[in-house]
Amino acid sequence: MAIRQLSVFLENRAGRLEDVLALLKEKNINIISLSLADTSDYGMLRLLVNEPEKGKEVLKEGGFSATLNPVVAVTLPHKVGALQEVLHGLYQAGINVEYMYALCTRTDEAAIAIKPSDPDKAQEVLKKMGAHFFEEKDAF
Amino acid sequence: MIWNETKECMSRDELAELQSKRLVKVVNRVYHNVEFYRRRMQEAGIEPGDIRGIEDLSKLPYTTKNDLRDTYPFGLFAAPQSEIVRVHASSGTTGKATVVGYTRKDIDIWAECVARALTQAGITRGDTIQVAYGYGLFTGGLGAHYGAEHLGATVVPMSTGNTKKLTTMMKDFGVTAIACTPSYLLHIAETLEANGDIPNIKLKAAICGAEPWTEQMRLQIEEKLHIHAHDIYGLSEVMGPGVACDCEYHKGLHIYEDHFLPEIIDPKTLQPVGEGETGELVFTTLTKEGLPLIRYRTKDLTSIDYSKCECGRTLARISRFKGRSDDMLIIRGVNVFPSQVEAALLEMSGTTPHYLMIVDRVNNLDTLEVQVEVEERFFSDEIRELENLTKKIAHAIQVAIGLNARVKLVEPKTIERSMGKAVHVIDKRKLV
Repeated sequence: MAIRQLSVFLENRAGRLEDVLALLKEKNINIISLSLADTSDYGMLRLLVNEPEKGKEVLKEGGFSATLNPVVAVTLPHKVGALQEVLHGLYQAGINVEYMYALCTRTDEAAIAIKPSDPDKAQEVLKKMGAHFFEEKDAF
Repeated sequence: MIWNETKECMSRDELAELQSKRLVKVVNRVYHNVEFYRRRMQEAGIEPGDIRGIEDLSKLPYTTKNDLRDTYPFGLFAAPQSEIVRVHASSGTTGKATVVGYTRKDIDIWAECVARALTQAGITRGDTIQVAYGYGLFTGGLGAHYGAEHLGATVVPMSTGNTKKLTTMMKDFGVTAIACTPSYLLHIAETLEANGDIPNIKLKAAICGAEPWTEQMRLQIEEKLHIHAHDIYGLSEVMGPGVACDCEYHKGLHIYEDHFLPEIIDPKTLQPVGEGETGELVFTTLTKEGLPLIRYRTKDLTSIDYSKCECGRTLARISRFKGRSDDMLIIRGVNVFPSQVEAALLEMSGTTPHYLMIVDRVNNLDTLEVQVEVEERFFSDEIRELENLTKKIAHAIQVAIGLNARVKLVEPKTIERSMGKAVHVIDKRKLV
């Protein structure tokens, strides 16, 4: 149920993000969503792309440190408190959120990608809560 | 001013005679007291009787830092433990320290040499001197301390690390002299300057050493603080600070040749080079009892001038150092080999990642940045994990070399490889 996220290590200097995007464009890889975390020295680019394996290979050939990491993604109805409910469930089960970002969907629904401290347990908890998992086939 | 005119101004012939006598004595001492030297001399087919004077010096084999390491801790000591009154130690490349030992007479001679250096800088018993080298296993603090006491000056044993306390005491005590690393003195000067305290101090002289510095830096110190700054040289294996120091003419550092016999050799052929030619400085200690060294290769590159100096001293002068014949760096007065950093990274991660040490001088203090390429096995998509990795690397380096380094993670293949061989050090300090 987990979704494969393409993670890329970027030095914090001008043009590096664009270099990644140029490589993906050249190989016709489509970016569905992204998030960028930054520190003073480097950034962590997290991407959902239509062809994760190919994306990783392309970036590695281009000299980047890139890996695929599983993240849990769920859709959220457009209503007040929807995200809070999901997080409350995880919190009650003792699960920490390492990072999280919003996803682009093709429907009217919102979606989020979560890196939980315990992915298996998180999926179990979310399943019990009746959450709707957002899967790769939904994205691409 | 000259501390010991008899020795410092003796004719070269008289000096050669004294050196010859002392050389014969020290060769006998090591042959009979140190198995390592006995074996080395036997391998070279020589006996103490073959060394009749300094003209026979080249018959003796060289000694290196590795020999000290291989005989860790006391293998090269030529005096029994009961005669040794102090040891010092410096960090080694493989985690093993280089240990040096002194008899009471060695400590006295060391103090005599430092007193000579202080006198060259115009310092007398009428002065108050702050010793702002580190005290402890490092030879700087205690070496300068005993020398200044021997001279009869008033010693304020500051050690390093608290610049505010140092400048306050400098003002309040009417301190007239200081012994510290040149980069630290520049830092002190800037602190004083920023607080408008330059007119409030009585400083007149400084003896600086333990790290390479330029003539420009020396002039900068003199100008900023309105003092005379002198360059003192030494290495713990040979004794510590006070092996050589420059006089008021600043035309090279006078070696205290009655105690340390210098040679300049070509580091590749190991043959002596001519006067004035640059090569590796080699010392034979002539009077040391605890750890006498025979033809010890310092790896420091310099040239030598045997002509009489305008100051009246006949002691030979070595030029400002022109670099090293190995890859040792001196950062904040600490000897650092890139191999130590490499070993720390290796121990931490199993194999060595590509790394680059960038040494710089910011606000007159040495900085060390270590860039490490983020390979897949280090990689995490979590910032927290990467920050932990950075901390772990910094800690491993701190343990290995005793210095705090700024660790920066960089993308793979961004550290330059030249001719297939990785460049591991960029020294931006331009000290040579």
